[in-house]
Amino acid sequence: MKHLFALLTGIVFGAGIALSGMMDPAKVLAFFDIAGHWDPSLAFVMGGAVIVTFIGYRLVWRRGTPLFGGRFLLPQGTAIDARLVGGSALFGIGWGIAGFCPGAAIPALGTGRWEVALFLAAVIGGFQLRRLIAPARG
Amino acid sequence: MTPAFTPVASFGGGLLIGLGAVLLMLGLGRIFGATGILSAMVFAENRAELGWRLALIAGMILAPGLIYAVTGRMPTLTVPIGPGMIVVGGVIVGFGASLGSGCTSGHGVCGLSRLSVRSMVAVPTFMATAAITVFLVRHVFGG
Repeated sequence: MKHLFALLTGIVFGAGIALSGMMDPAKVLAFFDIAGHWDPSLAFVMGGAVIVTFIGYRLVWRRGTPLFGGRFLLPQGTAIDARLVGGSALFGIGWGIAGFCPGAAIPALGTGRWEVALFLAAVIGGFQLRRLIAPARG
Repeated sequence: MTPAFTPVASFGGGLLIGLGAVLLMLGLGRIFGATGILSAMVFAENRAELGWRLALIAGMILAPGLIYAVTGRMPTLTVPIGPGMIVVGGVIVGFGASLGSGCTSGHGVCGLSRLSVRSMVAVPTFMATAAITVFLVRHVFGG
């Protein structure tokens, strides 16, 4: 049941990505191209997603525990450090170059385009590079 | 090449993305961060947690095909860059998102909704560098 639930959750999220336009690099790059033919559509994606998540999280947390046991596992870190800022800055640069981000590229893989597979392989290469150059502390 | 302005589809898609994030918190008590989930799956960081991560990623990949099955139209995407830029962008995305502990889904959707201060720093940072990068690539160096 837990795995079926995860599968359905992935489908809902992936369908949202596909319908929203997030998985189309041309649309993502047009969103960031403020000096060109600016397409502000993706601001509506973030708006819709944050509204639902903000309200939904608070309703869910009232339960005390998740449906499939255990507890809510929320990131505990509070440090505003060079890893956070530098990593985020780099992520944005890569996103601006390729037009894909990880959460959008995974559903985009389902369209069967080779460019998406190439991008995700490069992302995984980037994960590995980070593990080698800047291993997590603690 | 100018993509059409799609506020309704984008807002509706955003609602579904949010619903996905809420469902993962409801079912498994987890943040829906694509970078963390993908990385933990690829490197099999916790064998006991591998199953749901595989199922979640499989569901995401199945989504466009299911949309095609229901509507008869496969969601389209246009890739306006070549293989070299895809690889360079991908490596930087993977390195940066991993170092910064999150990307659009983890910091953007889940982090902002939790009112995480780290995400409130991360999101404007990556939005700004993405916009600057696109400006430089399109209007300064290319076009």
